[in-house]
Amino acid sequence: MVNIIEVKNLTRKFNGLTAVDDISFEVKKGEIFGFLGPNGAGKSTTINMLSTIIAPTNGNALVNGFSIIGDKDEVRKSIGLVFQDPSLDDRLTADENLCFHARLYGVPKDEYNKRIEEVLKLVELWDRKDDIVKTFSGGMKRRLEIARGLIHYPAVLFLDEPTLGLDPQTRVHIWDYIMKLKREREMTIFMTTHYMNEAEYCDRIGIIDNGKIVALDTPANLKKMVGGDIISLTSQDKQTLKKELEEKYGKEVKEEDDILKIEVVEGEKFMPRLFNELQTKIDSISLKKPALDDVFLFLTGRKIREEEASSKDFMRNFMRMRGR
Amino acid sequence: MHFFKSIFAIWQREIIRYWRDKTRIVSSFFQPIMFLLIFGAGLSTTLTAGNFGVDFIKFMYPGIIAMNVMGIAFFSTVSTVWDREFGFLKEILVAPVSRTSIALGKAFGATTIASLQALILLVIAPFIGVGLHILVVVKLFLFMLLLSFAISGIGLLISSLMKTTETFGLVMQVLVFPMFFLSGAFFPLTNVPLWMTIISRANPLTYGVDAMRQIILNGQISQQVINKLVLYPITINGIFLIGFSIIMILAAVLAFNKRS
Ligand SMILES: Nc1ncnc2c1ncn2[C@@H]1O[C@H](COP(=O)(O)OP(=O)(O)OP(=O)(O)O)[C@@H](O)[C@H]1O
Ligand SMILES: [Mg+2]
Repeated sequence: MVNIIEVKNLTRKFNGLTAVDDISFEVKKGEIFGFLGPNGAGKSTTINMLSTIIAPTNGNALVNGFSIIGDKDEVRKSIGLVFQDPSLDDRLTADENLCFHARLYGVPKDEYNKRIEEVLKLVELWDRKDDIVKTFSGGMKRRLEIARGLIHYPAVLFLDEPTLGLDPQTRVHIWDYIMKLKREREMTIFMTTHYMNEAEYCDRIGIIDNGKIVALDTPANLKKMVGGDIISLTSQDKQTLKKELEEKYGKEVKEEDDILKIEVVEGEKFMPRLFNELQTKIDSISLKKPALDDVFLFLTGRKIREEEASSKDFMRNFMRMRGR
Repeated sequence: MHFFKSIFAIWQREIIRYWRDKTRIVSSFFQPIMFLLIFGAGLSTTLTAGNFGVDFIKFMYPGIIAMNVMGIAFFSTVSTVWDREFGFLKEILVAPVSRTSIALGKAFGATTIASLQALILLVIAPFIGVGLHILVVVKLFLFMLLLSFAISGIGLLISSLMKTTETFGLVMQVLVFPMFFLSGAFFPLTNVPLWMTIISRANPLTYGVDAMRQIILNGQISQQVINKLVLYPITINGIFLIGFSIIMILAAVLAFNKRS
């Protein structure tokens, strides 16, 4: 497969602070590539370099075959961008925002009206076409930004936290569009997120921490790094159960308070066996498949992000809701 | 071709934004009228002894037009700073368009807005006894355009050097008043201390006021009086403004390129 992005030793420093630290990787044509990492890991800085907004301190990258240092204009023509922070003109209508964009990207006039209709229908904003963006909700603005990034049919679409601050329903919605795009347009998508469940949509994920890529693989392979599925059981007769598990399946059984835990492959197939074969009466049983949280924890020894939004995210959401 | 099309797109966005902001249009119309009424009425009685040989309101009228142009052209170029603050500038900067076309689009936008708004001010001419011939209007409009373009150049240069709207506002405050008072809008610059002469000659507003004053007063009062008030021939004023604009826009483009 062809590499549409090739990053070589890319580094960016901000007065002493190394935001992106000598990273190298490739993104294949047509895949969804995800960057996963905590606040300040260097995700946006990488995207900003790949999209020619800021210059790298060191290293280089090719996007669609063009250098981000020497061939800025060609790179710009090849990409669409949805920034982390809002970037619509909220005094213009949806249509005017898209029109402006299409013209800056040199889409011919007879062509762009057709495309505006196409992308606005895709994000279900066609009926709001002539409304001023100021009157849009946060989710609608986000969808409009995604639509805008698509108008010039970019080879690569960069999405920097496309679903930040959106409710779960809208998030699922946006993901539907993204998957549809991938299928219908064979567009390459480079995205960042800190929602673990979203990272699972990606074909491959780079886990980035402190400006360095600490792991890069498919979600399934990454999860294999932390081990198999965990089945937790409780029983009145804990010791008997423990013994039976050890003898029947030759598994190591861990005890955590009242709970017994075993590690298995393909837990969903293993559980029915337990139901059929165990003699000891069990009270409860549950299965936990490893998630990307665990991968991050495993690799860095830290949790990627607490469940609630951090204060930085909170401020961002707040600014969004205030309509900036 | 794409160069001109993107200038046009950026220009058009400025115009749309201006047109949507009706309060701004109305207030930029009434503010100079207020100025003219208050200063004109208040000062004309005290200044009759100053024997200008011309009604003070008529004397001040071109100055008020120039002030209006300056205010609006400056205010319109703030949009660049706002764009930066609201993130929209990023959207423009990642687009495959040259930085020069961005700067020119912005400057043309501010120029159009400022000169149209100044043109509206001509409706008060009959009320203060200034007769307007169509040729006079055309000439005036030409200088409104030139002056707006020159001021937009300064505004654009400053806004590409500034980071936030606040600092931009501050710089403007420091700039606007001296520029206005040392432009000959209020008093003739024919008989002032040397330092004032030097500053006023570097001030584009001086040339705009000088030219517009001649265009407006020509034929309305004796040539002798006009000669006493005027600094340069109209063509010299025009040439200065063109040269000044070119330098400013070039500097703004350079600053713009350097930043991004
Ligand atoms: N313009 C800048 N000037 C100085 N430091 C910066 C600048 N932009 C980013 N940084 C720093 O670089 C580091 C990486 O920031 P970056 O925005 O890339 O993080 P991120 O991974 O996108 O985080 P988040 O999840 O919060 O968006 C941070 O420590 C940040 O403070
Ligand atoms: Mg970020």
